[in-house]
Amino acid sequence: MEWDWEFVRQIMPILLDGVKITILATILGSALAAVVGLAIALLRRSPNRIVSRSVGFAAEFIRGTPLLVQLYFIFFVLPDVGILLPPLVAGVIGLGLHYGTYAAEVYRAGIDNVPRGQWEAAKACNLTARQTWTRIILPQAIPPMIPALANYFIAMFKETPLLSAITVLELMNQAKSVANSYYRYIEPMTLVGAFFLVISLFSVFLLRWLERRYGRIER
Amino acid sequence: MTENLGYLNLILQGAIVTVELTVMGSILALVIAFAAGLGRLSRHFAVRALATAYIEFFRGTSIFVQLFFVYFVLPFLGVELTPLQAGVLGLGLNVGAYAAEVVRAAILSVGKEQYEACVALNLSRWQCMRRVIIPQALLVMLPTFGNNAIELLKATSVVSLISLADMTFQAQVVRSQTGSTLLPFATILVLYFVLAVLISWGMRALERRMARGLDGVRA
Repeated sequence: MEWDWEFVRQIMPILLDGVKITILATILGSALAAVVGLAIALLRRSPNRIVSRSVGFAAEFIRGTPLLVQLYFIFFVLPDVGILLPPLVAGVIGLGLHYGTYAAEVYRAGIDNVPRGQWEAAKACNLTARQTWTRIILPQAIPPMIPALANYFIAMFKETPLLSAITVLELMNQAKSVANSYYRYIEPMTLVGAFFLVISLFSVFLLRWLERRYGRIER
Repeated sequence: MTENLGYLNLILQGAIVTVELTVMGSILALVIAFAAGLGRLSRHFAVRALATAYIEFFRGTSIFVQLFFVYFVLPFLGVELTPLQAGVLGLGLNVGAYAAEVVRAAILSVGKEQYEACVALNLSRWQCMRRVIIPQALLVMLPTFGNNAIELLKATSVVSLISLADMTFQAQVVRSQTGSTLLPFATILVLYFVLAVLISWGMRALERRMARGLDGVRA
Protein backbone atom coordinates (compact mmCIF):
# COMPACT_ATOMS: atom_id res chain seq x y z
CA MET A 1 0.00 0.00 0.00
CA GLU A 2 1.30 3.40 -0.97
CA TRP A 3 1.35 6.57 1.08
CA ASP A 4 -1.25 8.92 -0.44
CA TRP A 5 -0.74 12.66 0.16
CA GLU A 6 -4.11 13.49 -1.40
CA PHE A 7 -5.82 11.34 1.23
CA VAL A 8 -3.75 13.01 3.94
CA ARG A 9 -4.97 16.42 2.80
CA GLN A 10 -8.53 15.14 2.75
CA ILE A 11 -8.52 13.78 6.33
CA MET A 12 -6.43 16.55 7.91
CA PRO A 13 -9.39 18.77 8.97
CA ILE A 14 -11.09 15.83 10.73
CA LEU A 15 -7.91 14.92 12.57
CA LEU A 16 -7.34 18.54 13.60
CA ASP A 17 -10.83 18.52 15.15
CA GLY A 18 -9.70 15.50 17.13
CA VAL A 19 -6.50 17.26 18.22
CA LYS A 20 -8.59 20.07 19.69
CA ILE A 21 -10.61 17.65 21.83
CA THR A 22 -7.41 15.82 22.85
CA ILE A 23 -5.82 19.06 24.02
CA LEU A 24 -9.01 20.18 25.75
CA ALA A 25 -9.24 16.87 27.61
CA THR A 26 -5.57 17.13 28.63
CA ILE A 27 -5.95 20.67 29.97
CA LEU A 28 -9.15 19.94 31.91
CA GLY A 29 -7.72 16.64 33.16
CA SER A 30 -4.52 18.35 34.30
CA ALA A 31 -6.43 21.02 36.18
CA LEU A 32 -8.54 18.39 37.91
CA ALA A 33 -5.47 16.23 38.66
CA ALA A 34 -3.69 19.20 40.21
CA VAL A 35 -6.63 19.81 42.56
CA VAL A 36 -7.29 16.13 43.33
CA GLY A 37 -3.59 15.55 43.93
CA LEU A 38 -3.40 18.39 46.42
CA ALA A 39 -6.53 17.17 48.19
CA ILE A 40 -5.15 13.62 48.47
CA ALA A 41 -1.76 14.87 49.68
CA LEU A 42 -3.40 17.03 52.37
CA LEU A 43 -5.88 14.34 53.47
CA ARG A 44 -3.07 11.80 53.79
CA ARG A 45 -1.46 14.11 56.33
CA SER A 46 -4.68 14.33 58.31
CA PRO A 47 -4.19 13.58 62.03
CA ASN A 48 -7.32 11.39 61.87
CA ARG A 49 -5.97 7.88 61.25
CA ILE A 50 -9.13 6.61 59.57
CA VAL A 51 -9.16 9.46 57.04
CA SER A 52 -5.46 9.28 56.19
CA ARG A 53 -5.43 5.46 55.92
CA SER A 54 -8.53 5.18 53.76
CA VAL A 55 -7.48 8.00 51.43
CA GLY A 56 -4.04 6.40 51.20
CA PHE A 57 -5.54 3.04 50.27
CA ALA A 58 -7.92 4.56 47.73
CA ALA A 59 -5.02 6.40 46.06
CA GLU A 60 -2.96 3.21 46.05
CA PHE A 61 -5.87 1.31 44.51
CA ILE A 62 -6.41 3.86 41.75
CA ARG A 63 -2.70 3.87 40.98
CA GLY A 64 -2.57 0.07 40.80
CA THR A 65 -5.40 -0.39 38.31
CA PRO A 66 -5.57 0.50 34.62
CA LEU A 67 -6.96 3.85 33.52
CA LEU A 68 -8.98 2.14 30.78
CA VAL A 69 -10.90 0.04 33.31
CA GLN A 70 -11.50 3.09 35.48
CA LEU A 71 -12.89 4.93 32.47
CA TYR A 72 -15.22 1.99 31.76
CA PHE A 73 -16.24 2.04 35.40
CA ILE A 74 -17.12 5.73 35.32
CA PHE A 75 -18.80 5.51 31.95
CA PHE A 76 -20.77 2.26 32.36
CA VAL A 77 -21.33 1.73 36.07
CA LEU A 78 -22.19 5.22 37.30
CA PRO A 79 -25.26 5.56 35.01
CA ASP A 80 -26.73 2.54 36.85
CA VAL A 81 -26.76 4.53 40.07
CA GLY A 82 -28.27 7.50 38.28
CA ILE A 83 -25.17 9.53 37.40
CA LEU A 84 -25.22 9.97 33.65
CA LEU A 85 -22.13 11.75 32.39
CA PRO A 86 -21.32 12.93 28.86
CA PRO A 87 -18.30 10.99 27.50
CA LEU A 88 -15.89 13.92 27.67
CA VAL A 89 -16.80 14.71 31.29
CA ALA A 90 -16.42 11.04 32.25
CA GLY A 91 -13.05 10.99 30.49
CA VAL A 92 -11.81 14.13 32.20
CA ILE A 93 -12.87 12.78 35.60
CA GLY A 94 -11.07 9.50 34.90
CA LEU A 95 -7.88 11.25 33.79
CA GLY A 96 -8.05 13.68 36.69
CA LEU A 97 -8.54 11.00 39.33
CA HIS A 98 -5.91 8.66 37.91
CA TYR A 99 -3.21 11.27 37.50
CA GLY A 100 -4.32 13.01 40.69
CA THR A 101 -2.96 10.01 42.61
CA TYR A 102 0.39 10.43 40.86
CA ALA A 103 0.34 14.19 41.44
CA ALA A 104 -0.35 13.51 45.14
CA GLU A 105 3.07 11.84 45.45
CA VAL A 106 4.70 14.88 43.88
CA TYR A 107 2.89 17.18 46.31
CA ARG A 108 3.87 14.96 49.22
CA ALA A 109 7.54 15.12 48.28
CA GLY A 110 7.30 18.87 47.71
CA ILE A 111 5.67 19.48 51.08
CA ASP A 112 8.17 17.22 52.86
CA ASN A 113 10.96 19.25 51.29
CA VAL A 114 9.92 22.45 53.04
CA PRO A 115 12.37 22.74 55.95
CA ARG A 116 11.07 22.22 59.47
CA GLY A 117 12.17 25.70 60.44
CA GLN A 118 9.42 27.16 58.26
CA TRP A 119 6.77 25.28 60.23
CA GLU A 120 8.28 26.39 63.47
CA ALA A 121 8.53 29.99 62.30
CA ALA A 122 4.86 29.91 61.30
CA LYS A 123 3.99 28.64 64.73
CA ALA A 124 6.18 31.28 66.37
CA CYS A 125 4.38 33.99 64.39
CA ASN A 126 1.08 32.63 65.71
CA LEU A 127 -0.33 31.81 62.27
CA THR A 128 -3.40 29.59 62.04
CA ALA A 129 -3.14 26.21 60.28
CA ARG A 130 -4.84 27.70 57.23
CA GLN A 131 -2.48 30.67 57.12
CA THR A 132 0.52 28.38 57.55
CA TRP A 133 -0.51 26.32 54.53
CA THR A 134 -1.59 29.09 52.17
CA ARG A 135 1.03 31.69 53.10
CA ILE A 136 4.10 29.73 54.10
CA ILE A 137 4.17 26.08 53.07
CA LEU A 138 2.43 25.85 49.69
CA PRO A 139 4.07 28.94 48.13
CA GLN A 140 7.45 27.37 48.89
CA ALA A 141 6.49 23.80 48.10
CA ILE A 142 4.74 24.27 44.75
CA PRO A 143 7.30 25.99 42.45
CA PRO A 144 9.96 23.24 42.75
CA MET A 145 7.41 20.57 41.91
CA ILE A 146 6.10 22.23 38.74
CA PRO A 147 8.47 20.30 36.43
CA ALA A 148 7.53 16.96 38.00
CA LEU A 149 3.84 17.77 37.72
CA ALA A 150 4.28 18.86 34.11
CA ASN A 151 5.96 15.52 33.44
CA TYR A 152 2.84 13.69 34.58
CA PHE A 153 0.63 15.98 32.54
CA ILE A 154 2.62 15.05 29.43
CA ALA A 155 2.10 11.41 30.38
CA MET A 156 -1.61 12.12 30.70
CA PHE A 157 -1.63 13.69 27.27
CA LYS A 158 -0.29 10.44 25.86
CA GLU A 159 -3.05 8.47 27.58
CA THR A 160 -5.89 10.54 26.13
CA PRO A 161 -6.36 8.12 23.17
CA LEU A 162 -7.94 5.79 25.71
CA LEU A 163 -10.88 8.18 25.82
CA SER A 164 -11.82 6.88 22.37
CA ALA A 165 -12.88 3.65 24.12
CA ILE A 166 -15.67 5.57 25.86
CA THR A 167 -16.71 7.27 22.61
CA VAL A 168 -15.04 10.65 23.09
CA LEU A 169 -14.34 11.98 19.59
CA GLU A 170 -10.70 12.83 20.18
CA LEU A 171 -7.80 12.39 17.77
CA MET A 172 -7.57 8.60 17.97
CA ASN A 173 -11.29 8.09 17.54
CA GLN A 174 -11.45 10.43 14.55
CA ALA A 175 -8.53 8.55 13.01
CA LYS A 176 -10.18 5.19 13.65
CA SER A 177 -13.46 6.25 12.10
CA VAL A 178 -11.69 7.70 9.06
CA ALA A 179 -9.60 4.55 8.74
CA ASN A 180 -12.63 2.30 9.01
CA SER A 181 -14.71 4.17 6.48
CA TYR A 182 -11.96 4.35 3.82
CA TYR A 183 -10.22 1.16 4.89
CA ARG A 184 -6.89 2.95 4.79
CA TYR A 185 -4.95 2.62 8.04
CA ILE A 186 -1.45 3.75 7.16
CA GLU A 187 -2.10 7.49 6.80
CA PRO A 188 -4.48 8.11 9.72
CA MET A 189 -2.53 5.99 12.24
CA THR A 190 0.83 7.37 11.19
CA LEU A 191 -0.53 10.89 11.40
CA VAL A 192 -1.88 10.24 14.89
CA GLY A 193 1.57 9.00 15.89
CA ALA A 194 3.17 12.05 14.28
CA PHE A 195 0.79 14.44 16.02
CA PHE A 196 1.54 12.89 19.38
CA LEU A 197 5.27 12.85 18.78
CA VAL A 198 5.34 16.49 17.68
CA ILE A 199 3.22 17.72 20.58
CA SER A 200 5.16 15.59 23.10
CA LEU A 201 8.53 16.79 21.82
CA PHE A 202 7.25 20.36 21.97
CA SER A 203 6.06 19.82 25.55
CA VAL A 204 9.45 18.35 26.45
CA PHE A 205 11.04 21.65 25.40
CA LEU A 206 8.48 23.47 27.52
CA LEU A 207 9.32 21.12 30.39
CA ARG A 208 13.05 21.88 30.09
CA TRP A 209 12.20 25.56 30.27
CA LEU A 210 10.02 25.00 33.35
CA GLU A 211 12.86 23.04 34.95
CA ARG A 212 15.25 25.94 34.41
CA ARG A 213 12.69 28.46 35.61
CA TYR A 214 11.35 26.65 38.71
CA GLY A 215 13.41 23.52 39.23
CA ARG A 216 16.17 25.12 41.25
CA ILE A 217 15.40 25.55 44.90
CA GLU A 218 16.92 28.75 46.21
CA ARG A 219 17.14 29.07 49.93
CA MET B 1 -25.62 -18.34 40.87
CA THR B 2 -24.13 -20.91 38.46
CA GLU B 3 -24.59 -18.32 35.75
CA ASN B 4 -22.50 -15.86 37.72
CA LEU B 5 -19.85 -18.52 38.20
CA GLY B 6 -19.75 -19.03 34.43
CA TYR B 7 -19.11 -15.34 33.91
CA LEU B 8 -16.51 -15.32 36.65
CA ASN B 9 -14.83 -18.17 34.81
CA LEU B 10 -14.75 -16.06 31.65
CA ILE B 11 -13.06 -13.23 33.54
CA LEU B 12 -10.53 -15.65 35.04
CA GLN B 13 -9.67 -16.90 31.54
CA GLY B 14 -9.05 -13.28 30.68
CA ALA B 15 -6.89 -12.93 33.77
CA ILE B 16 -4.66 -15.72 32.46
CA VAL B 17 -4.20 -13.86 29.18
CA THR B 18 -3.39 -10.70 31.14
CA VAL B 19 -0.77 -12.52 33.20
CA GLU B 20 0.74 -14.12 30.07
CA LEU B 21 0.96 -10.74 28.40
CA THR B 22 2.51 -9.16 31.47
CA VAL B 23 5.15 -11.89 31.81
CA MET B 24 6.08 -12.06 28.12
CA GLY B 25 5.93 -8.28 27.74
CA SER B 26 8.18 -7.84 30.78
CA ILE B 27 10.75 -10.29 29.42
CA LEU B 28 10.83 -8.54 26.06
CA ALA B 29 10.97 -5.14 27.78
CA LEU B 30 13.88 -6.27 29.97
CA VAL B 31 15.91 -7.46 26.98
CA ILE B 32 15.17 -4.29 25.03
CA ALA B 33 15.88 -2.10 28.05
CA PHE B 34 19.38 -3.50 28.43
CA ALA B 35 20.06 -3.33 24.69
CA ALA B 36 18.85 0.27 24.37
CA GLY B 37 20.15 1.44 27.75
CA LEU B 38 23.64 0.11 27.07
CA GLY B 39 23.31 1.35 23.49
CA ARG B 40 22.90 4.90 24.74
CA LEU B 41 26.18 4.55 26.61
CA SER B 42 28.01 3.10 23.60
CA ARG B 43 31.27 4.51 22.30
CA HIS B 44 29.92 4.53 18.74
CA PHE B 45 27.87 7.49 17.65
CA ALA B 46 25.62 5.43 15.35
CA VAL B 47 24.61 3.05 18.14
CA ARG B 48 23.97 5.95 20.53
CA ALA B 49 21.85 7.78 17.96
CA LEU B 50 19.82 4.68 17.15
CA ALA B 51 19.15 3.92 20.82
CA THR B 52 18.21 7.55 21.55
CA ALA B 53 15.85 7.69 18.56
CA TYR B 54 14.16 4.48 19.67
CA ILE B 55 13.76 5.66 23.26
CA GLU B 56 12.49 9.12 22.38
CA PHE B 57 10.06 7.76 19.80
CA PHE B 58 8.47 5.19 22.07
CA ARG B 59 8.34 7.48 25.07
CA GLY B 60 6.94 10.30 22.96
CA THR B 61 3.92 8.51 21.53
CA SER B 62 1.24 6.68 23.42
CA ILE B 63 1.05 2.93 23.93
CA PHE B 64 -2.42 2.87 22.41
CA VAL B 65 -1.25 4.43 19.16
CA GLN B 66 1.74 2.08 19.06
CA LEU B 67 -0.45 -1.00 19.52
CA PHE B 68 -2.81 0.16 16.80
CA PHE B 69 0.10 0.82 14.53
CA VAL B 70 1.56 -2.64 15.14
CA TYR B 71 -1.78 -4.38 14.72
CA PHE B 72 -3.45 -2.45 11.90
CA VAL B 73 -0.67 -0.80 9.90
CA LEU B 74 2.04 -3.46 9.86
CA PRO B 75 -0.18 -5.97 7.97
CA PHE B 76 -0.37 -3.47 5.11
CA LEU B 77 3.42 -3.34 5.11
CA GLY B 78 3.52 -7.13 4.91
CA VAL B 79 4.06 -8.01 8.58
CA GLU B 80 1.16 -10.13 9.77
CA LEU B 81 0.94 -10.56 13.56
CA THR B 82 -1.58 -12.30 15.77
CA PRO B 83 -3.18 -10.04 18.40
CA LEU B 84 -1.07 -11.72 21.11
CA GLN B 85 2.18 -11.16 19.20
CA ALA B 86 1.18 -7.57 18.44
CA GLY B 87 0.32 -7.03 22.10
CA VAL B 88 3.58 -8.44 23.44
CA LEU B 89 5.60 -6.54 20.83
CA GLY B 90 3.81 -3.25 21.50
CA LEU B 91 4.01 -3.53 25.28
CA GLY B 92 7.62 -4.71 25.25
CA LEU B 93 8.77 -1.94 22.94
CA ASN B 94 6.91 0.73 24.91
CA VAL B 95 7.91 -0.25 28.43
CA GLY B 96 11.38 -1.22 27.21
CA ALA B 97 11.96 2.40 26.21
CA TYR B 98 11.11 3.62 29.72
CA ALA B 99 13.15 0.88 31.35
CA ALA B 100 16.12 1.68 29.07
CA GLU B 101 16.39 5.07 30.76
CA VAL B 102 16.39 3.29 34.13
CA VAL B 103 19.24 1.03 32.99
CA ARG B 104 21.20 4.01 31.73
CA ALA B 105 20.71 6.05 34.90
CA ALA B 106 21.58 3.08 37.15
CA ILE B 107 24.80 2.36 35.26
CA LEU B 108 25.78 6.02 35.44
CA SER B 109 25.10 5.98 39.17
CA VAL B 110 27.90 3.45 39.76
CA GLY B 111 30.91 5.36 41.03
CA LYS B 112 33.88 6.27 38.90
CA GLU B 113 36.24 4.44 41.23
CA GLN B 114 34.65 1.15 40.18
CA TYR B 115 35.72 1.77 36.58
CA GLU B 116 39.17 2.75 37.78
CA ALA B 117 39.35 -0.46 39.79
CA CYS B 118 38.45 -2.38 36.60
CA VAL B 119 41.32 -0.73 34.76
CA ALA B 120 43.65 -1.43 37.66
CA LEU B 121 42.66 -5.11 37.60
CA ASN B 122 43.16 -5.20 33.83
CA LEU B 123 39.59 -6.30 33.13
CA SER B 124 38.30 -5.95 29.59
CA ARG B 125 35.39 -3.56 28.98
CA TRP B 126 33.00 -6.50 28.74
CA GLN B 127 34.31 -8.14 31.92
CA CYS B 128 34.08 -4.84 33.75
CA MET B 129 30.43 -4.38 32.74
CA ARG B 130 29.47 -7.99 33.33
CA ARG B 131 31.29 -8.60 36.64
CA VAL B 132 31.58 -5.22 38.31
CA ILE B 133 29.23 -2.54 37.05
CA ILE B 134 25.98 -4.34 36.17
CA PRO B 135 25.75 -6.41 39.40
CA GLN B 136 25.86 -3.17 41.37
CA ALA B 137 23.62 -1.22 39.00
CA LEU B 138 21.01 -3.99 39.01
CA LEU B 139 20.18 -3.29 42.63
CA VAL B 140 19.54 0.36 41.82
CA MET B 141 17.33 -0.60 38.88
CA LEU B 142 15.12 -3.12 40.67
CA PRO B 143 12.66 -0.81 42.48
CA THR B 144 12.01 1.18 39.31
CA PHE B 145 11.70 -2.02 37.29
CA GLY B 146 8.96 -3.01 39.72
CA ASN B 147 7.11 0.21 38.92
CA ASN B 148 7.65 -0.38 35.21
CA ALA B 149 6.22 -3.90 35.51
CA ILE B 150 3.11 -2.49 37.18
CA GLU B 151 2.81 0.13 34.41
CA LEU B 152 3.06 -2.74 31.92
CA LEU B 153 0.35 -4.69 33.74
CA LYS B 154 -1.91 -1.66 33.57
CA ALA B 155 -1.08 -1.12 29.91
CA THR B 156 -2.16 -4.68 29.07
CA SER B 157 -5.77 -3.53 29.45
CA VAL B 158 -5.29 -1.52 26.26
CA VAL B 159 -4.80 -4.71 24.20
CA SER B 160 -8.50 -5.42 24.69
CA LEU B 161 -9.00 -2.69 22.07
CA ILE B 162 -7.10 -4.72 19.47
CA SER B 163 -9.45 -7.67 20.06
CA LEU B 164 -7.25 -9.68 22.39
CA ALA B 165 -9.37 -11.49 24.98
CA ASP B 166 -7.69 -10.21 28.14
CA MET B 167 -9.41 -9.41 31.42
CA THR B 168 -10.81 -6.05 30.31
CA PHE B 169 -12.10 -7.57 27.07
CA GLN B 170 -13.88 -10.36 28.96
CA ALA B 171 -15.41 -7.84 31.35
CA GLN B 172 -16.84 -6.03 28.33
CA VAL B 173 -18.18 -9.37 27.04
CA VAL B 174 -19.87 -10.01 30.37
CA ARG B 175 -21.27 -6.50 30.37
CA SER B 176 -22.78 -6.86 26.92
CA GLN B 177 -24.20 -10.31 27.68
CA THR B 178 -25.68 -9.62 31.10
CA GLY B 179 -26.17 -5.88 31.13
CA SER B 180 -24.73 -5.89 34.61
CA THR B 181 -21.92 -3.36 34.87
CA LEU B 182 -20.84 -3.17 38.49
CA LEU B 183 -20.01 -6.86 38.88
CA PRO B 184 -17.58 -7.36 35.97
CA PHE B 185 -15.80 -4.03 36.32
CA ALA B 186 -15.47 -4.16 40.10
CA THR B 187 -14.14 -7.72 39.81
CA ILE B 188 -11.45 -6.86 37.32
CA LEU B 189 -10.47 -3.69 39.20
CA VAL B 190 -9.83 -5.82 42.28
CA LEU B 191 -7.98 -8.47 40.23
CA TYR B 192 -5.73 -5.85 38.60
CA PHE B 193 -4.98 -4.40 42.01
CA VAL B 194 -4.15 -7.83 43.44
CA LEU B 195 -1.79 -8.50 40.52
CA ALA B 196 -0.12 -5.12 41.05
CA VAL B 197 0.36 -5.82 44.75
CA LEU B 198 1.82 -9.25 43.92
CA ILE B 199 4.32 -7.66 41.53
CA SER B 200 5.43 -5.14 44.11
CA TRP B 201 5.80 -7.83 46.80
CA GLY B 202 7.77 -10.04 44.42
CA MET B 203 10.05 -7.19 43.48
CA ARG B 204 10.67 -6.28 47.10
CA ALA B 205 11.52 -9.90 47.94
CA LEU B 206 13.91 -10.04 44.97
CA GLU B 207 15.50 -6.80 46.09
CA ARG B 208 16.07 -8.13 49.60
CA ARG B 209 17.58 -11.30 48.20
CA MET B 210 19.91 -9.46 45.89
CA ALA B 211 20.95 -6.97 48.53
CA ARG B 212 22.03 -9.83 50.78
CA GLY B 213 25.69 -9.60 51.62
CA LEU B 214 25.94 -6.07 50.29
CA ASP B 215 25.19 -4.33 53.58
CA GLY B 216 27.86 -1.85 54.36
CA VAL B 217 29.63 -2.44 51.06
CA ARG B 218 27.95 0.49 49.40
CA ALA B 219 27.40 3.82 51.05
